[in-house]
Amino acid sequence: MSVNKGDLTLRSLSLFYIGMLIILPILAITSEAFKGGLQNLWANIVSTQALYSFRLTLIAAFIIVLINIFTGTATAWVLVRYRFPLKDLMDALIDLPFAIPTVVTGIMLVTLYGPMSAAGGFLERRGIEIMFAKPGIILALLFVTFPFIVRSVQPVLLEMEPDMEEAAKTLGATPFTTFRRVVLPTLAPSILTGAALSFSRALGEFGSIAIVAGNIPMKTQVASVYIYGEIESCNNQGALGLSVVLLFFSFAVLTFMNILQARSRRYER
Amino acid sequence: MGIVVRDIYKRFGGFIAVDGVSFDVREGELVALLGPSGSGKSTILRIIAGLEIPDRGEIYLKRENVTALSPRQRKVGFVFQHYALFKHMTVEKNIAFGLEVQKRKRKDIEEKVRELIRLVKLEGYEGHYPSQLSGGQRQRVALARTLATEPSVLLLDEPFGALDAKVRDNLAKWLKELHVKLNITSVFVTHDQNEAIEISDKIVVINRGKVEQIGTAKDVYEHPNSKFVASFIGNVNVVDAVIKNGLIFIKDTDFEIIDRDIDVSVDRDIVLLVRPEDILVEKDSKQEGFPCMIQDVHYRGSFYEFNLCMGDTYIRSVKDKDDFLGKKWEKNQKAFVVFKQYKIFDASEGHWEIREKLRQLGYIE
Repeated sequence: MSVNKGDLTLRSLSLFYIGMLIILPILAITSEAFKGGLQNLWANIVSTQALYSFRLTLIAAFIIVLINIFTGTATAWVLVRYRFPLKDLMDALIDLPFAIPTVVTGIMLVTLYGPMSAAGGFLERRGIEIMFAKPGIILALLFVTFPFIVRSVQPVLLEMEPDMEEAAKTLGATPFTTFRRVVLPTLAPSILTGAALSFSRALGEFGSIAIVAGNIPMKTQVASVYIYGEIESCNNQGALGLSVVLLFFSFAVLTFMNILQARSRRYER
Repeated sequence: MGIVVRDIYKRFGGFIAVDGVSFDVREGELVALLGPSGSGKSTILRIIAGLEIPDRGEIYLKRENVTALSPRQRKVGFVFQHYALFKHMTVEKNIAFGLEVQKRKRKDIEEKVRELIRLVKLEGYEGHYPSQLSGGQRQRVALARTLATEPSVLLLDEPFGALDAKVRDNLAKWLKELHVKLNITSVFVTHDQNEAIEISDKIVVINRGKVEQIGTAKDVYEHPNSKFVASFIGNVNVVDAVIKNGLIFIKDTDFEIIDRDIDVSVDRDIVLLVRPEDILVEKDSKQEGFPCMIQDVHYRGSFYEFNLCMGDTYIRSVKDKDDFLGKKWEKNQKAFVVFKQYKIFDASEGHWEIREKLRQLGYIE
């Protein structure tokens, strides 16, 4: 069999590109992190501040993924299944969080909920802190990750023929049973995809949180901001430790979601 | 009565899908709703099931007015053209769905599922997913799933439409046997007149949202009561003709039809219906043949099909293989056709009343 030269070139080029763009930096950061020795790296990771910021990031990411699963699926459902005025406009608005620079997102939120604003002031007088506190982190993350699940579920819902649901109805299923046993399993893979992307994004979000969270160590400092702080104060080793952990977690989430997806799609052969 | 459909109307936007349809289905009967695509037959079926709400009219199932009930409350069985199986569930789970929804005892469900799997001959496939089955097997799972809840009526929407010819044939015969065995009141939608003729007790012919004719297969095939039914069932040639000054002509030609039984005193339009097998194609005009042009000759296995044109009228004729081989027929060749027998629709005699004028020519064949 003769190998098409053009084919071979294209294949090698794309492999080379992926290698340079993605794999090489990952290798670089990993080898750099291990340079100072395993013990040193471990000490950096388990330093109280690093560990706290990492735990905060992880919990926040879990919370927003859980919320997104509901709001994202519901939004996609409403956009596909219902007709209402200004639907097209609303559909276009969904992508806005992707388009707005995250720093701007942070500033928007501070302007609305900051202590100097009407809404923020009102809440603060009642003892509810949003900006420069943990709720601000959640709010910022919800904003920047909102489109993920909506946009992964929407096309699946659009393509879904109504006949499976109709079959369930004629077989005596209530609307709720139909949703739970017929619609949800069909949507599950796309919900998982969106959830995984939201989670990864939440682990790494920097711009909006840097503005919104106040970044108080051991209180509102998330992992990415901690890493940035370490770099700023010339502690490269400290930054590398947590970076490697984040990297590992992103990988783990991606793999886990892939396995879950394959499982929920097993009936497709 | 198993099912009574009373004067139902349904429009989608500006399109009138169902326009005043009424018919009855007796207990235990297997009825075909036959019509071309877009005629509204599926919509009628969906209205019976409660999947579509009619703008007007009523549906009775076993004497009960169910017009206001949801599909869930009507307890009808519905089989979809594209199976509509739950693709994330195994064959067993699909069949059990309706029973699980009714919260039957697990032991009863297991037993019923086993029984149905035997009925639809899918032993050994219990754990398969729909994607691992052939089209025919999928449709049998769909049927088993529907029968599991013991519906009072069975509605099938083009149940064999997505299957290839051979599987369709087998499954249609099997459905007929099953119907005889279970004796469940059934309505199925089809656009295939052969399917309707073969397995139904009664045919309801639908066209443009209206009932054209109701009758047994034999009634509808042999005594169509409209031009549409005649042309839709059995591939009949429709030839327009005019009566003018006491003579009958094929429309837009000067070919004269000699038929002493037609009243020619009033000028008007009539229509001749001629089956392809009743058209004789000849090389020379021995008798009163109409000149025509051969457009195409197609090989069809056991016979040959001729596409002919007489003036502006296109007609189709068939010729036996043996008869064909004796002569040389070619495209664009001139020939003559004789209508051995035909039927006449005469608008002047009321609403497209059919007069069965079978005219036998003195041909020795």
